[in-house]
Amino acid sequence: MSEAQIKSLEDQFEARIARDEKIEPKDWMPEKYRQTHIRQMSQHAHSEVVGMLPEGNWITRAPSLRRKVALLAKVQDEGGHGLYLYSAAETLGITRDEMYEQLHSGKAKYSSIFNYPAITWADIGAIGWLVDGAAIINQVALCGASFGPYARAMVRICKEESFHQRQGYEIMLTLTRGTQEQKAMAQDALNRWWWPSLMMFGPRDDESPNTAQSVKWKLKRKTNDELRQQFIDQTVPQAELIGLTVPDKDLQWDEEKNRYNFGKIDWDEFWQVVKGHGPCNTERMTARVSAWENGQWVRDAAIAHADKKSKELNKAV
Amino acid sequence: MKKEWPLWEVFVRSKNGLEHRHFGSLHAADAEMAMANARDVYTRRNEGVSIWVVESKHIVASNPENNGELFEPAKDKAYRHPTFYDLPDDVKHM
Repeated sequence: MSEAQIKSLEDQFEARIARDEKIEPKDWMPEKYRQTHIRQMSQHAHSEVVGMLPEGNWITRAPSLRRKVALLAKVQDEGGHGLYLYSAAETLGITRDEMYEQLHSGKAKYSSIFNYPAITWADIGAIGWLVDGAAIINQVALCGASFGPYARAMVRICKEESFHQRQGYEIMLTLTRGTQEQKAMAQDALNRWWWPSLMMFGPRDDESPNTAQSVKWKLKRKTNDELRQQFIDQTVPQAELIGLTVPDKDLQWDEEKNRYNFGKIDWDEFWQVVKGHGPCNTERMTARVSAWENGQWVRDAAIAHADKKSKELNKAV
Repeated sequence: MKKEWPLWEVFVRSKNGLEHRHFGSLHAADAEMAMANARDVYTRRNEGVSIWVVESKHIVASNPENNGELFEPAKDKAYRHPTFYDLPDDVKHM
């Protein structure tokens, strides 16, 4: 294809997106659109899968059967959400094994939030309320993404995920109505999860070089700062309602702008965790890689069994 | 051995009276596992009463590059639609 032809295809492509048309896997697309989508969707999938790890530890330690079935269902959903997203990414020509390989080798990232430890039961409440709350804000914005398979996966995920946040908030609510120790435990969890949750929306807009392109391609419908502000504005009253204090001394309602002003985010911490120096980066990847390697014989045996059965079937015919 | 499980497409009928609709895809070693995984991945909240799974390689798809020759011809055949025909406003039951 000549350069002029590619340019013309690119113009048509941009026009389709501007008209709010969806792009489907077999449609022509710029190579950068494909690569950016593979990167974002696979990172999103990895985040779902790694996100199961901090919570998994608490399934057997949940304080009641009600909490246990809820957490089990939540973790199972996360596994499912990872699968929807991996499948959506595969439609762009990358294999599942390649994506796992990128995760395990550290080439692909996942959400940094999962490199923080869940050390008390209140952390499970805070994760559902704040981490899933932040994820939902991100994901609702993505339901209108231009790439059809991604948008469809997001719609399913958003529908399923609203219970995740509610069960987390209910855990916090129950703790704040409990003993002094339980209330302190809830406050401590909020103190530790608040700032990392704000970082989940990514760097500030003026330090996020890909934002403009992603907004144009409708891979992002709102900028990082817009989404972060929305999260703060809706979460602060939720904290107040159950008598918890958001750990930000600069937090203040701005009557004029009709939003909260908030304190400075520690971006050094964010980049440290992204680069692999968070409290649990090594632990998370060790768990993933060992699950993958120790499951190899199971995957092989299943394929060998399927091959044998299909050979027997062919012989019988 | 390192062989990836093949890809399957999952179709679910949400309730009797409706058609099976494409829900998504998944990997499985064989049909039995594809069915079990489809149930776990796509019907955790009463989304269906019936599931079809088919290995993706068996699906033949049209190519968007041929959309012109495939779908354009239908565009100028307005006479296939009821509104093409001019009838008096007071004609009943038509």
